[in-house]
Amino acid sequence: MAVKTLTINGEQYSAQEGESVLSVCRQNKIPIPTLCHLEGLSTVGACRLCLVQIEGIPKLLPACTTKVEEGMVITTSNQKLDKYRRMIVALLASEGNHVCAVCVANNHCELQDLAYEVGLVRVRYPYLFPKKSLDATHKEYVMDHNRCVLCTRCVRVCDEVEGAHVWDVAGRGIDCEIVTGLDYSWGSSQTCTECGKCVMVCPTGALFEKGVTVSEMEKKKDFLKYIITARQKREWVAFTNE
Amino acid sequence: MSETITISPVTRIEGHAKITIHLNDKGEVQDARFHVNEFRGFEKFCEGRMVWEMPGLTSRICGICPASHLVTSAKAGDDILAIGIPETAEKLRRMLTLAQWIQSHALSFFHLSSPDFLLGFEADPALRNIFGLLAHDKDFAVRGIRLRKFGQQVIEMLGGRRIHTPWAVAGGVREAFTREERDALLAWYPEVRETALLAIKTIKRVHEQYSKEIPSFGNFQSLFMGMVGPNGELEYYGGNLRVMDSAGNIIANNIDPREYRQDFGEASESWSYLKFPYYKPLGYPKGIYRVGPLARLNICDSITTPLAEQERRLFKKLAPSSEAVNNSFYFHYARLIEMLFAVEKLEELLHDPAIFGTQVRSKAEINRLEGIGACEAPRGTLFHHYWVDENGVLQKVNMLIATAQNNMAMNRTVRQIAMQFIDGPKVSEGILNRIEAGIRCFDPCLSCSTHAAGEMPLEVQLLGADGRVLDVKRR
Repeated sequence: MAVKTLTINGEQYSAQEGESVLSVCRQNKIPIPTLCHLEGLSTVGACRLCLVQIEGIPKLLPACTTKVEEGMVITTSNQKLDKYRRMIVALLASEGNHVCAVCVANNHCELQDLAYEVGLVRVRYPYLFPKKSLDATHKEYVMDHNRCVLCTRCVRVCDEVEGAHVWDVAGRGIDCEIVTGLDYSWGSSQTCTECGKCVMVCPTGALFEKGVTVSEMEKKKDFLKYIITARQKREWVAFTNE
Repeated sequence: MSETITISPVTRIEGHAKITIHLNDKGEVQDARFHVNEFRGFEKFCEGRMVWEMPGLTSRICGICPASHLVTSAKAGDDILAIGIPETAEKLRRMLTLAQWIQSHALSFFHLSSPDFLLGFEADPALRNIFGLLAHDKDFAVRGIRLRKFGQQVIEMLGGRRIHTPWAVAGGVREAFTREERDALLAWYPEVRETALLAIKTIKRVHEQYSKEIPSFGNFQSLFMGMVGPNGELEYYGGNLRVMDSAGNIIANNIDPREYRQDFGEASESWSYLKFPYYKPLGYPKGIYRVGPLARLNICDSITTPLAEQERRLFKKLAPSSEAVNNSFYFHYARLIEMLFAVEKLEELLHDPAIFGTQVRSKAEINRLEGIGACEAPRGTLFHHYWVDENGVLQKVNMLIATAQNNMAMNRTVRQIAMQFIDGPKVSEGILNRIEAGIRCFDPCLSCSTHAAGEMPLEVQLLGADGRVLDVKRR
């Protein structure tokens, strides 16, 4: 496989052909915030948090879906990009009903971490306070649409890893929502295997275990890398933090 | 010409309120009202949430007594899960409740009320506060602050943080308690006990100093309500309800808190966001009752700790044997006796080996669609009543808060003090402060008590010139 050389933030790097800009940045510890992206799942480029600036291209491109090319000159952080990232997190905050103080995922939430990371100190957009529902019909788990950021990680993990495809996306624009089956209640789903993978990959408190209280829902995502390695390489090795 | 005097905001209470005093043509006090002008809406926005989330959610009602809401909500959760909680969990919850009493009662006395007593009702308002107190008697003020800190420290050791801990949950508590934590708390004890006794000594001096004014400080007949233990002793966590009349007769006893709705109703008035609970058998407004320290000290037959029991007997002597202690000023004394009890009782629990158990949380599914939790919060009996669907999603919430139950009594106190001290349209600052101090006897916490539902009941009456009701519209 050919090696590509590129410049990121003024430094020279080399990468494998076909690799994403995000992957190169992660390998070289160049910070880029992400939300919909999760190692082991397919890439959708939905959240737009990983937008980067590439010389010669008039628009910003998401690092997760952009493949490296020879001679690329990339900027991952500047005033404009930082401002856009803050705007994205602020819009996510204003669009749902995110109340960290009483949330089951408080202190274990990627949206909360992102707010700190991008320096969001206040939301200047009016909060929409949408009237969203909570589906507690499942025996083990709860889906709270109030806290959903539509990253679709649950949809992808269920489809790509578990193979059940219980979740999908319905509606358009502001009415867009994650649905179970053909918009049935989760408890009535005949395809859900109750594996809980969707709960663990959910970045916020939208999916949680029944019975947890404030701050108790810790998301353990290590299983994903273990399963993927086992499937692809036939190696059953425990995941360790790199 | 008739005139209205407004005190807004009422200071050194927890929350926002105003008082209006209505004078007639002769300049005499015709009426006085305590208006609570903040609105919260907790009962409404908790609908649709999971029952397990409720302790953490409702404890956010207030920063003064979040632990009381936490425990009461967890108890309502226990009821919905229909489970008993482990012995250790109950004892730890009891410790949390006592710590809550200590910190809240210390706040009420040292920080909010004692500036009036020690600096004088007529003192400069700019100095009549905890800072003025620090300048006047630093040792006394610092001791008060440290006693409150002790209560907060217990809460932090149990729940991980001082304010808004989510530690008590439906089924028990989240974390166990350790011997190291216990030892650290016991090390505080000599000072804690001394300060609790100092507070009692101080209030007795105040009783002598203001002996002429006290008789008209919210001195009226009303019922008293609170929890008592199985032997009629002072109770703070779980017990049955007792109602006493102003003559000291027990008119209802052994009421299961789960049956509170049979005996207690809630009325509304257009001029306040605070509801007006009343004792149903006597109707509204005749069924006026008081809750909190004064009520609890009146209704109980004994206190199980020695020093507090000794004080309870002296407290009882404040009224003739044919009467309950009806004067609202003695809320302060009752509160300090309770603070002493909490200090003693907590020490007793700290020596109980059962508090170190590690089985602290029972788990279960939804086994009842309705649950009620009750507990004695610092300001009086607190009820949380939840209705859930079979998945544990809240369908309806009712919270009956201590301060609301004292609402009618607070209004009567304001009226009585205004009538006693105001004569003519010129009102001195000191007199206005006395009226506020009347409210402070009850140590109201308005952020808790105005949690009410979204839509205020509304009634519009069309009156003819002769006062006849021509039409009534209700929403």
